[in-house]
Amino acid sequence: MSPRYLPYILILPVTLFLCAFFLYPFLLVARQAFLSDGGYSLQNFRETMGYWKFSISLQNTMLLALAVVPVQVSLALLMATMVSRMKKGRDLVLYIWTIPLGISDLAAGIIWFAIFEQSGFLNSMLTGLGVIDKPAVLLGYQNPLLVFIAIALAEIWRATAIMLVILVAGIGLIPKEYYEAAEVFGASPWQRFLRITLPLLRPSLQTALILRVVLAFEVFAVVVALGGTLFPVMMGQIYSYQFDLQNAGGAAALALVVLAISIAFTLVILRALRVPKGATI
Amino acid sequence: MTPVTTAAPRAATKAPARRVYAASVLLLSVWVLGPIYLLFVNTLSSPEAVNSFPKSFIPQFDLGSLAFFAKFDGMLAALGNSVIVAAMTMVMSIAIGAPAGYALSRFEFRGKELFRLLILLTRAFPLPLLALPLAVLFIRTGLDDTTFGLALVHTTLAIPFAVLITFSLFSGIPIELEEAAWTLGCTRLTAFTKVVLPLILPGITASAIFAFVISWNEVFAAAVLTIENRTLTAFLLQKLGDAPIHLKFAGGFILVTPALIFIFAVRKYLFAMWGIANR
Repeated sequence: MSPRYLPYILILPVTLFLCAFFLYPFLLVARQAFLSDGGYSLQNFRETMGYWKFSISLQNTMLLALAVVPVQVSLALLMATMVSRMKKGRDLVLYIWTIPLGISDLAAGIIWFAIFEQSGFLNSMLTGLGVIDKPAVLLGYQNPLLVFIAIALAEIWRATAIMLVILVAGIGLIPKEYYEAAEVFGASPWQRFLRITLPLLRPSLQTALILRVVLAFEVFAVVVALGGTLFPVMMGQIYSYQFDLQNAGGAAALALVVLAISIAFTLVILRALRVPKGATI
Repeated sequence: MTPVTTAAPRAATKAPARRVYAASVLLLSVWVLGPIYLLFVNTLSSPEAVNSFPKSFIPQFDLGSLAFFAKFDGMLAALGNSVIVAAMTMVMSIAIGAPAGYALSRFEFRGKELFRLLILLTRAFPLPLLALPLAVLFIRTGLDDTTFGLALVHTTLAIPFAVLITFSLFSGIPIELEEAAWTLGCTRLTAFTKVVLPLILPGITASAIFAFVISWNEVFAAAVLTIENRTLTAFLLQKLGDAPIHLKFAGGFILVTPALIFIFAVRKYLFAMWGIANR
């Protein structure tokens, strides 16, 4: 076997696999979205985007991402800087903080349901403290804001860990001489964070944000577990087109909308946080 | 061992600031662990206690809820399916991904950048959506409603991670080690199996576990692609509307526990994996 061909032989399985199960299905979903009644048209888009639930679910998905992602970035940055100056117990704290990484969105939804359901822990605590005298319905149609807050909390709780891991790894790559020099010149911890950590962390922030934003548009099981049908989101709509309405074309059209939004945001993040040419640590 | 170096300030922090710092660490840990603890309280209480009000914040250590979960029709089969799918995903993503990770770390070749782009591109896509067209395709090929069909989709989810993680692992092994083995009479293959593989095995195990967790936790594609052979996540999702709440909590507990153990097992590798995977 000639060594010239070796790398190609090694990457062949992945390439074939991704062509068959990533690129090809992508083409299929695009075709299906434009296909209706045997011909190509925008019928599926008109139908799904004209349905009254479309604008609500799009709005909900966006609002949720808008509420959740900035909190996660700040929280992950805070946790990452706290960990980086830790001497004792660093491994234990990091393990605890990354636990949610292994928890599925469904399980996270169930966990927060235990807190917010009517006979749940929040109501138990509130009655115990005498704030309310009987358990209130928290996750009902009467409290749309509370449903939103519960879902946002569950998402923040679950998915901050993935950003934390990426940022901790990124901070680890910043040479500590920079911090020592800054200290010699009398920079405060806040200045060191603003002038050293943040700029040098840009590639990691980029990765973390793209991953997180794309996942935020995929939010599904948390919402089902906590809000049921009270809080329609895009993935939930796609699921109900596929199953309840048996309308694969409609599901495909909505899937393309989600894909387009994800790609648009990825490009925006890539551009906004681009690393200047030739600038490396 | 993480390659993370700390930027500890030289000057001793003042006592009040230290206390605030310690309190914040504690608070954030409680924020993470508290909700999990409450789930455990619910799981380890009898169904009657779970449905009663007000709730006790201390578990009764009653296995009634878990027994109900185990007896629930179809639940154990779903649990079995989850394990099977996750195991298949684990094997396939490493078997297919690791060679590519090795190629990326050891060779310069034409099209390398294009290949990296293909891998990175998958991360910018909401991959579970691709289950929709595959549902149709699988019906035609007879893979519909099979654990193998679902494992194929989950492997697509896990493969980018497998490639990037193994790439960073192989990059951590100096090529000189392999070259030394070659001069001592090893072929490329035996140098790999005798020198590189033993060094890399713990890391490979860690990334395999990571693939397992990705599959174990996936909900959307599982719900789309399986009907009779539901995985645990898909089955629970279907039952969310009408199941008694103690069933939900026991299900959540069964989903969370392996993940806790697995993250503990791979904790050393999490940061090393992401450090280079970023670039």
